Amino acid sequence: MTVELCGVRLDGPVLNGSGTFDAIAARRAFGDALLDRFPFHAFVSKTITLAPREGNPPPRLWETPAGLINSIGLPNKGLEGFLALDLPELAELPVPLIVSVMGFSLDELATLVQRTGEREEVALIELNVSCPNVETGLIMGADPVETARAVERVRPLTDRPLIVKLTPNATDPAAVGRAAEEAGADALSLVNTLKGMALDPRTAQPWLGGTTGGVSGPAIRAIALEQVSAVARAVGVPVIGMGGIASGRHAADFLSAGASCVAVGTESFRDPAAGRRIAAELAELQPA
Amino acid sequence: MKVAAAPRTLAPPERRTARVTAVERLGAYVLVSALDADGPRDPQPGQFYMVSAAERWGGGADERPYLPRAFSHARAREGELSFLLETVGPGTARLAELREGEGLHLLGPLGLGWRPPREGTQAVLVGGGIGAAPLLCLQDELGLEAPVLLGFRSAAHAQAAALFAGSPAVATDDGSAGRQALVTDLLREQLDRDPAATVFSCGPPAMLEAVRLLCAELGVPAQLALESGMACGFGACFGCVVPTTGGYLRLCVDGPVLDAAQLDMPGALRPGISGGPGGVSPRVA
Repeated sequence: MTVELCGVRLDGPVLNGSGTFDAIAARRAFGDALLDRFPFHAFVSKTITLAPREGNPPPRLWETPAGLINSIGLPNKGLEGFLALDLPELAELPVPLIVSVMGFSLDELATLVQRTGEREEVALIELNVSCPNVETGLIMGADPVETARAVERVRPLTDRPLIVKLTPNATDPAAVGRAAEEAGADALSLVNTLKGMALDPRTAQPWLGGTTGGVSGPAIRAIALEQVSAVARAVGVPVIGMGGIASGRHAADFLSAGASCVAVGTESFRDPAAGRRIAAELAELQPA
Repeated sequence: MKVAAAPRTLAPPERRTARVTAVERLGAYVLVSALDADGPRDPQPGQFYMVSAAERWGGGADERPYLPRAFSHARAREGELSFLLETVGPGTARLAELREGEGLHLLGPLGLGWRPPREGTQAVLVGGGIGAAPLLCLQDELGLEAPVLLGFRSAAHAQAAALFAGSPAVATDDGSAGRQALVTDLLREQLDRDPAATVFSCGPPAMLEAVRLLCAELGVPAQLALESGMACGFGACFGCVVPTTGGYLRLCVDGPVLDAAQLDMPGALRPGISGGPGGVSPRVA
């Protein structure tokens, strides 16, 4: 089941959600068997930022009914560290590479897009806009105007296809998606995690070191499916749908709702081969 | 000395299903054994597995568990793995209910296990509670010369000491088995007798911190097996970090065994973050 995503040929429609699979660490745990049985048809990197980040203080996780709240805080080596250390290793993966970037200002975002887009190892760039713009204080992806400004700023800086990762924590994700498309986005991906919180039962204080976090897993699947459907109906560009996908049937639902590709996130935590299983189940459901 | 210098056996890159061969009650604990027919035969002592029941994983208290739980294997013999567990939440409750013949999902072995003792030193094994688990397979490798010191809450927990060969020294909080003492009291006496030692320790955070401080005071090298809440076990979720002198480390790929010198800082070892059997935090277990 070959798929074309913004002109890039994929052997199938199953990606990973950004930040839910570290192919470099997984290769340390599994060796080159990971490459022989790679679980995804394209690999999305963890989000990189301009400066290195340590991430949030622990605890970073809380299990919910059929899901997980995470408060990781985007630990990464920063742009220079990524280009020098991680990119050569990610280039060894047997699938196209999508690099996820986040800027805390439009200038930062511009630098990230320009520098990653120069590298031939990078097939597509995903803009993670679920962050505050430090100049306006607004969450970029929660507002159509902010999102459009970000995409317009970086669109001329690279010829790589740009995917905008939408946040579900917006009043009208379809309006944000339309704004991104009009500003030049080549594809949209959604959903990011839903904002959530857990209290320590002993102290009634926030459990997570980052106070709040993002909810993922089957717990959010119905919400994600509705948002994917709403956005896909509102735009003409391809949509990558995700949110609690754990089986081929779930993936088929997202495709039926208008997605062109799907991504697997939290289910990979339960089984690193989940992406391959889901792709196989999907192929059974949708014979070529 | 058979403990490997690079103690990481690679895991197959997918979850597999083992068959439960035995579930034994040991006082306050349960020892679950399973035939891991498709897994590597040579997991390193101190490595761990992500474990879940193949059926009925979910629907317990708070509609959990959802994620697998991390456990260092207590034993690995000819493809049969044993995990020592204590019921502290809906995940461990389900695992404790397993019956012979049921399926057990496994991913592993994962992480970095124990390193060899410093040359010219005697290995000393120091366990607290269920933290005794990864010391059992270490004893299998090191043999009977290595003293084993174990601390437990009470006699019901101290039944786990019977899993060890030889006669481990036992301390309990209430004196109902062995000596009424802290395991670190036993450790101090041991190191006073023979300071040329390398300490291998696993247990709750407060105990590990006491072991760390004692070893630092006496200049004795120590390896500590930590635990942290963990979603994936293979570096994907970034959830299991512990603060170290080199910044946050993911316990699942850079641990769970760390050198005590890496933890020479306040707050590295505290409840909810680390300590215990290389498994998950009791808060999510």
